[in-house]
Amino acid sequence: MNMRDGFLSTIDKALDVDPRIAVVLADISAAQLDGAHARHPNRVLNLGIREQLMVSVTGGLALSGMRPVVHTFSSFLVERPFEQIKLDLVHQGTGAVLVSYGGSYDMPTAGRTHQSPGDVALIDSLPGWTVHVPGHPDEAERLLLESLPGNANVYLRLSAQENRSPHLGVGFRQLRRGRSGVVVAVGPVLDRVLAATANTDVTVLYASTIRPFDAAGLRAAVDAAAPDVVLVEPYLAGTSAHAVAEALRGVRHRLLSLGTTRDSEVRIYGEPEDHDVAHGLDEGGIAAAVKTFLDG
Amino acid sequence: MVTTTGYDELPGLIARMTGDEKHSVAAESTLDVLWVLYDRVLRIAPDTANQARRDRFLLSKGHGPMAFYAVLAAKGFLTESELDGWAGRDSRLGMHPDRTRVPGAEISSGSLGHGLPIAVGTALGLRAQRLPSKVVVLVGDAELDEGSNEEAIAFAGRAGLDRLTTVVVDNASATHGWPGGIAARFEVEGWATRTVNGRDHGALYGAFTTEHPGRPLAVVATVEPKE
Repeated sequence: MNMRDGFLSTIDKALDVDPRIAVVLADISAAQLDGAHARHPNRVLNLGIREQLMVSVTGGLALSGMRPVVHTFSSFLVERPFEQIKLDLVHQGTGAVLVSYGGSYDMPTAGRTHQSPGDVALIDSLPGWTVHVPGHPDEAERLLLESLPGNANVYLRLSAQENRSPHLGVGFRQLRRGRSGVVVAVGPVLDRVLAATANTDVTVLYASTIRPFDAAGLRAAVDAAAPDVVLVEPYLAGTSAHAVAEALRGVRHRLLSLGTTRDSEVRIYGEPEDHDVAHGLDEGGIAAAVKTFLDG
Repeated sequence: MVTTTGYDELPGLIARMTGDEKHSVAAESTLDVLWVLYDRVLRIAPDTANQARRDRFLLSKGHGPMAFYAVLAAKGFLTESELDGWAGRDSRLGMHPDRTRVPGAEISSGSLGHGLPIAVGTALGLRAQRLPSKVVVLVGDAELDEGSNEEAIAFAGRAGLDRLTTVVVDNASATHGWPGGIAARFEVEGWATRTVNGRDHGALYGAFTTEHPGRPLAVVATVEPKE
């Protein structure tokens, strides 16, 4: 089961046990929750294709004491109604769980309109968010269930791209230990990073939760290896560069930020793997970039 | 102690903010609507302001909040003396209200087109929790230019949100106007509507207490055109 189907199945069951939960939709995924809607007509709310309303309604639900979970494709959840996220959740002092699907380019044949590589950077411009970027459906389920209690703002970024196995846990997980640098893999890029660095003497850290940023974990890994850091994120390159700089404030260090390109729109279709190559996020691209950086 | 501040004292409270003793009530397009709501319609008071069953008033048109602050002071949410330094560094009263700072303010507003969509969510949340509270949101006729309102008006009508009232204070300030009238925009989406003189307290009270089973209510309160 992929992350999206896993989310829909998990939230379907959660609605039965927690009366605070309300799911807010804008047609996307609504059919899959028809059964839940039949059982909970006042808590499974499909507004039609109205994404500004979707986020504002989420704010109003939270103000009334509910725990809203709002879901659609990332471009229509974060970019289109961004001011609603800023004002109707954060500025009201309330919170919700935002669950996106589509990653940076999960629907490559749909073109630029269905790509939002800037989503995490946009969310990161607002205070107080937890941002989960799971790399496996089991991680996604765990992170969703951990997000449902409370009132905090949570962004759960689901993708069709995933790793072979899950790595559950808080903060950076050290999956490989080396001496010549530290490579940080976020979410679905992990398998590619592990393959790209298989013959390189580097520490590999993995995170499925990138905000809050595990500064202590990165600092410890750098202290045990070398102050050369490669950050590999499946969205806009450098999104977490400021967090790395802050974590290593007292350390002379070098940083290479890999992610989707900031230089131009990638106007190709094809498969997600074609976009990995275009952004240098395929195994070969990552390997070449890491080697050049460490040798430099 | 029961507050005895009445409608006639509102101009004096507003003058504490404007510093203009001749400031007329007519300059505050929302004043009569706010007074009727807080004095006669809504079940809201400072001592019950955190109860889940309270009625909710959402000021969507956040600019020009002097009338709102004056009514909140008259009803005991604010002390009258704190009106004097409003919008200053040490005041919690801004040119747009911040709900985390102003007692009695249900939402922070200022950017137009957010209050009505939030009110739809609050009404849905109260319905899901089987709470009997009313939700009243105030918007301006120019604010209706914001397309986010259209999303909310259409959905609220289909959802039959009968706890929701939108009051549109119409001072004819929308740049391109609303041919056919504002009420028609709500009627076509399934709302009950009333258009009344926004200075007539009896007419406003009658409109706000109109029965509207199964449908949301829009009250268009017409006041003098903005100069």
